[in-house]
Amino acid sequence: MQHSTYMALFLLVALAIATGIALFKQYKYPERDYEELLLRTRSWWWIIGLVLAALYMGQLATTIFFAFISFLALKEFYSIAPLRAVDRRLVFWAYLAIPVQYYFAYIQWYGMFIIFIPVYMFLFLPMRATLIGETKGYIKANATIQWSLMLAVFTLSHIAYLVNLERFHEQSGFIGLVLFLLFITQSNDVSQYVFGKQFGKHKIIPKVSPNKTWEGFIGGVVTTTLLATVLAPWLTILSWQQGLVAGFLIACVGFIGDVVLSSIKRDIGIKDTGSLIPGHGGLLDRMDSLMYSTPIFFHYFYYITKDFIA
Amino acid sequence: MSQPAMKKPLLKKSAHSIAEQKWLKILFFLLIVKPVVLIALGLNIINRKGLPKTGPAILAANHTSHLDTLVLMSLYPLSQLHRVRPVAAADYFMKNKWIAWFSIHCLDIIPIERAGKVPREELFQGCYTALANQQIIVFFPEGTRSLTEERVFRLKRGIHHLSQQYPDTQVVPIILQGLGKALPKGEALLVPFNCDVVIGEAMASNDDAEQYLAALTTHYETLLSQCITAKIE
Repeated sequence: MQHSTYMALFLLVALAIATGIALFKQYKYPERDYEELLLRTRSWWWIIGLVLAALYMGQLATTIFFAFISFLALKEFYSIAPLRAVDRRLVFWAYLAIPVQYYFAYIQWYGMFIIFIPVYMFLFLPMRATLIGETKGYIKANATIQWSLMLAVFTLSHIAYLVNLERFHEQSGFIGLVLFLLFITQSNDVSQYVFGKQFGKHKIIPKVSPNKTWEGFIGGVVTTTLLATVLAPWLTILSWQQGLVAGFLIACVGFIGDVVLSSIKRDIGIKDTGSLIPGHGGLLDRMDSLMYSTPIFFHYFYYITKDFIA
Repeated sequence: MSQPAMKKPLLKKSAHSIAEQKWLKILFFLLIVKPVVLIALGLNIINRKGLPKTGPAILAANHTSHLDTLVLMSLYPLSQLHRVRPVAAADYFMKNKWIAWFSIHCLDIIPIERAGKVPREELFQGCYTALANQQIIVFFPEGTRSLTEERVFRLKRGIHHLSQQYPDTQVVPIILQGLGKALPKGEALLVPFNCDVVIGEAMASNDDAEQYLAALTTHYETLLSQCITAKIE
């Protein structure tokens, strides 16, 4: 059996065990409220189910799947961001960048993939804004619309580039590579949370996120780095040493993604970005760390494996 | 052709073909409305439990977009859709035979004359029948779509009149936000945005119309504060 299949089965078994524990707890302590926990577990079934379904349908399906995720994330962003009434025209053009960007990822046109949003869209959108003619709030509108495009589309589209890159481990294919990135990023979230809950004392940025502590961060980085060291040679073409660096990078930038989105929510004055994923909040609440870990991991991987020949 | 002459036969015809209406309505919601609401929009539904499951009930929502009616109706499963009927302005939704056909068969509207020529008893006849038949009506107490920036609710007395005529009716205040951003008044291009649907608790009845409308306004302001999405500046 392929390594990626073992990994997929491992995820499903782990989720089944987690669900079992949650149901058992609810059964044993009916007086306590486990609704939130159960909602969260049920949402994980949906997330893992949909991701695995897309991955097993192949590279094109996975590309389209992540393009759709980008669309949902971008939509969520524009829904919570303060915009002017006239900005809906700009937003419309921003949405159209998604299929173009993912198409460049699919056909592996690296040069265009890497500059389409930060150069072409960044030059085009202000022109469209100028044609609307409303100059009050012009800078803020352009900044909001372009930055969200970077976070929700540009960063996430790097997964699609990886999927189509064909630098795979023989035994795990592109599925292994994607599962590695997703699993390492998510387990970093979880381990930072668990370590913070258990040992957290020294706050890092109390004004942004009072739950973020040095103990949680360091515990998360160590756990994530260890996991990546073990999994990298099994799921990707990276050696264990290269996997170690990848894990360390993902852990650090995953933390940054998390707190950057916290700053955005704090600025707007909301707790969750939406209610798409019951128990988790909106899509952005779940994707925050991934928005930073994806491009950083990609560029590291792309450089390290540049001499790879299939 | 003059308008009144055209309206009558259409209304009469609709009364004869109930079965046909229901199917078109279900298909329209299944194939067009639900996918659009699910994919192009996306709803943050707050306090879904507050939504009345059985009639007679009135969903009293603020009104900023044509999407409002579709979103509120889409909250119901297809099997319950026949119970839910929007009250809509006859001067707009019956203005030519194409729109009238669509309004009657796909939306199953209760037409209402806004012009003020018809006496009140006759005006609300469609609503009375619907409430008497245990239906749930979608009603916009503002009587028209407001501009998105506007947050001053200009409520009309119709909602109070209905609640007095049918005291058993639950009147549930609902705030919709973001739909005026997705499809504002006077625009034809739908731009995807998530929207909030904040459902309040059923209102207490009140003999005094002014007090009733003031209470509804207060409800709206409370519900507005629970919205997740940003309002347009």
